[in-house]
Amino acid sequence: MDNPTPVHTAAPPERAIAMLEAEHLGKQVALPDGTLTILDDVSFRIDAGEAVAVVGASGSGKSTLLALLAGLDVPSSGEVRLAGAALSRLDEDGRARVRAASVGFVFQSFQLLPSLTALENVMLPLELAGHDDPAPAARGILGRVGLSDRLGHYPRQLSGGEQQRVALARAFVTNPRVLFADEPTGNLDTRTGQTIADLLFELNTQSGATLVLVTHDERLAARCGRRLRLVGGRLAS
Amino acid sequence: MRLGIGWRLGLRMLRRDLAAGEVSILLAALVLSVCAVASIGFLTDRAGRALDIEANRLLGGDAVLRADAPIGEAPRLLARELGLASTETLSFPSMLGVGDALKLSDLRAMAEGFPLRGGFRLTDAADAPAYDATGIPPRGTLWLSRAGAETLGARVGDLVQVGETRLRLAALVVQEPDAALDYFNVAPKAYFHLDDLPATGLVQFGSRIRYRLVVAGEADAVDAWVSAQREDLARGQRIETIAEARPEVRSALERADRFLGLAALVSVVLAGIAVAMAARRHAERHLDGCAVMRCLGADRAMVLRIHGGELLALGLLGSALGLVLAWLLQWALGDWLALRLGMAIPGAGWMPAVHGLGVGFCVLLAFALPPILALRKTPAMRVLRRDIGAFEPGAALSMAAGLVGLAGLLWWKAGSASLGGVVLGGVAATLLVLALLGHALIHLLRAVRGRLRGPWRYGLANVTRRARSSVIQITALGLGLMAVLLLTLVRTDLIERWQAALPDDAPNRFLVNIQPDQLDAVRARLEAGGVIAPELPAMVRARLVSVNGEPVRGSDYTERGDRARRMAEREFNLSTASALREGDNEVVGGRFWSADAPAEDIELSVEERFAETLGWKLGDRVGFDLAGTPLEGRITSLRRVDWESFRPNFFVLVSPAGLRDMAASHIGAIRVPADNPRLTDQLVREFPTLSVVDIDAVLAQVRNTADQVATAVEYVFYFTLAAGLLVLLAAMAASQDERLREGSVMRVLGASSRQLRWAQLSEFVVIGVIAGLTAALAATLVAGAIALEVFDLPWHPDWRLAAWGALAGALAVGVTGLLMTRQVVSAPPAQTLRAL
Repeated sequence: MDNPTPVHTAAPPERAIAMLEAEHLGKQVALPDGTLTILDDVSFRIDAGEAVAVVGASGSGKSTLLALLAGLDVPSSGEVRLAGAALSRLDEDGRARVRAASVGFVFQSFQLLPSLTALENVMLPLELAGHDDPAPAARGILGRVGLSDRLGHYPRQLSGGEQQRVALARAFVTNPRVLFADEPTGNLDTRTGQTIADLLFELNTQSGATLVLVTHDERLAARCGRRLRLVGGRLAS
Repeated sequence: MRLGIGWRLGLRMLRRDLAAGEVSILLAALVLSVCAVASIGFLTDRAGRALDIEANRLLGGDAVLRADAPIGEAPRLLARELGLASTETLSFPSMLGVGDALKLSDLRAMAEGFPLRGGFRLTDAADAPAYDATGIPPRGTLWLSRAGAETLGARVGDLVQVGETRLRLAALVVQEPDAALDYFNVAPKAYFHLDDLPATGLVQFGSRIRYRLVVAGEADAVDAWVSAQREDLARGQRIETIAEARPEVRSALERADRFLGLAALVSVVLAGIAVAMAARRHAERHLDGCAVMRCLGADRAMVLRIHGGELLALGLLGSALGLVLAWLLQWALGDWLALRLGMAIPGAGWMPAVHGLGVGFCVLLAFALPPILALRKTPAMRVLRRDIGAFEPGAALSMAAGLVGLAGLLWWKAGSASLGGVVLGGVAATLLVLALLGHALIHLLRAVRGRLRGPWRYGLANVTRRARSSVIQITALGLGLMAVLLLTLVRTDLIERWQAALPDDAPNRFLVNIQPDQLDAVRARLEAGGVIAPELPAMVRARLVSVNGEPVRGSDYTERGDRARRMAEREFNLSTASALREGDNEVVGGRFWSADAPAEDIELSVEERFAETLGWKLGDRVGFDLAGTPLEGRITSLRRVDWESFRPNFFVLVSPAGLRDMAASHIGAIRVPADNPRLTDQLVREFPTLSVVDIDAVLAQVRNTADQVATAVEYVFYFTLAAGLLVLLAAMAASQDERLREGSVMRVLGASSRQLRWAQLSEFVVIGVIAGLTAALAATLVAGAIALEVFDLPWHPDWRLAAWGALAGALAVGVTGLLMTRQVVSAPPAQTLRAL
């Protein structure tokens, strides 16, 4: 796709609901020779249904920002509100519950559990959320990503592209309100990466989830409605 | 019931991990722990149950009064008053003769009515069907134990010489309850009517006879009789009830259970180390998965449920497999045990299974839980950055938990904190010594390494670089090898050397029960038969009654220990000598009496360790009762006795004046001349009341017993060796990824399969050789200590053992290692590097 078409073009409508808010986020780490600032006073708001790309050079703080937004890490200062929940007021398990209820993930390195089959990997978030019969939904979405005939395969028996499809299915099977994608095509060749990106945006459109996509691929970023550019840990645009 | 999601996922994980071989070592270590403990538990439990069932038969009634002197009328009268049936038996050792064969046997004369409970099981020939007997042999006849009849070559109908009479063999006794666990008691057993006893002429002064009064009847009446007898027990008397039948067998069984159980726990210790290493690797491999789950919304409790559930299911599976194996093992060994005990043995109870399960879960909780617990703290952030959340499951916590669990197990099995502590300390000290030796040898390797080339250099580099892992492998395998080598040393080398160290002219026959009127004739026959100046000292049975004028009983010696109490309680033999016999007696305190000592001053010479046990000192006045005649003397000398001279020696010698006019029997130790082997047989034919103990046979029996005990221990030590191998496997598994990566890099750099294999092999062979050398060194040290302390032999280290140890170690580790790491050589490097 040479001219990627943004799926969400417009700025958020005025009365839209805020799905994700960052307020003066800062992250510092102590090093032997002083303090290293990774993020510095980052504030923004992402509304429900938006697709936002976080872009920046390596070391600009993209992954740290993603971790803070998803509640995988805690900020040194500031606050994150995810689906209405102020993450810093929650403990580790509280943040896990918010993720279980509202968040889906896609990673650069797929992060499938090697000891579970494709179907079981996709069933996992449903099971963690307490669904009694997760198999039909998992089968359904695996069908949608084109892996109906690979349900019983283990990750090591799948190609990189297929593994990322399973990861996409796992991310969308819970109908998350927010989907975090960290360099989802970073480990794939160009052609496969493009297919995966198409699938990601297609599923996202269908589900209506808010998408936060971390990437250094400008073309992929261009398919999102908005870009947040990080430079040296600060928001540049 | 539907399982919670955590447990369900845990089970699913386990299924996958099992299929992928991820938890094989963990599982094997668990199976081994449970199997080691439960199989021994099952066997000793079965032996105990057999004893319970046989208790009635062993007693022949509901309660027994045992005595080493004739029992008076009072207990019989009381039994009659209480409406109890009563009867009695007398047993003693004597010679039995059938045709030319003569054997020292255990004789039991039984009164009408015996046994009051249970009965004998008889047969007419070795291969004929067995049947239940009613009562006892009719007068003029006798029954022989089946094994005894075989030894004597007797058949039903033969005449058997018993003392001065002959009784006709009427049947063979199939069940010999009294032989239970009595390794030394392989002598033929004969049963006959009490009324035939006088005709044998075997009951004489100084005969060692055990009297038993047996009662049976209503439980209340029996209880009343038992309580009355207990209050009124005379010296040398003991009450036995069904609950406490055969206390010596019971305590032997308890000791066996405790000793073998503790030996089994040594393998549990090693298996625990394997479990800890395997669990750590297992947890490390699940770190990423946990991070993903945390990311997908699993809270800590959920992660714990999933992995705790997997661990629990693994524990159940491992324990169940261990129990099944243990059950099969005890089933296979049951026949052997039945033969050993001389009775049919019932199936095992469920308690050993519970103990086995307890051990399995204890090992799991103590050694595997800490790293699994640490998994719940996996940061979700690890999904983005693998370098964070580097896993450290708290080595100190693991070790502490492991030690506490282990101490608990040992305390439970040892039955006392102190014994448990000693065993734990012993194992820890052994492991420490092995570790230090291993460490020192690895240190030596560093110096050698630089001079080597090619794959050997690489292999040795691995041993020294992974020094910690190498030391763990060497120590664990070393302990297993050491146990097996030690057993070989003690069992063969030491006992052979001890036997070889006995002087050539050491007596090989004891003559017992020579009556004073036979003394001169016996001496004359011996001299005529080629025995030069046979010593036939007098011997009087005596009981301790006073020390320094104060009356004493066995209970006064309770504080000085069990041995002191028993010595003070039982009858023992006094003898006399006009002068100290040189060679095996040495005065270590005081002065031995001179031939012209005044007759009115009775002097005593006491064996030093006997005096020490009873707390006697030079100058103490000690009083004895000699079948009603009092005797008091003053201790004027202490002697050190070389008991291994196999000559008659006595704890207490009395100066000649003391035993003058006392009715004594005589004892002798002779070496039967090689050209006159039938000498003692002829002697017994001429003097039927005389008994001969064949020391060669006793030594053979000692050897046989040592062999049997060693076999039992050997089986347990094979568990130890297997556990050592498991630690080895766990250590190899822990370094597997690193090995794969290094192997791939070497392949990329152009190393051939052969070079890689040599590099691996050299590493394993070196570890195996060091483990074997260490084990041989430690085993030689321990065997040396046993030689010096137990057998009183000089320490002659056998350095061939080091070669055997090194070879066994190299083979064990080499083969295991190559099998474990074959993937390093076979996997395509690109695939491996990508996967890691």
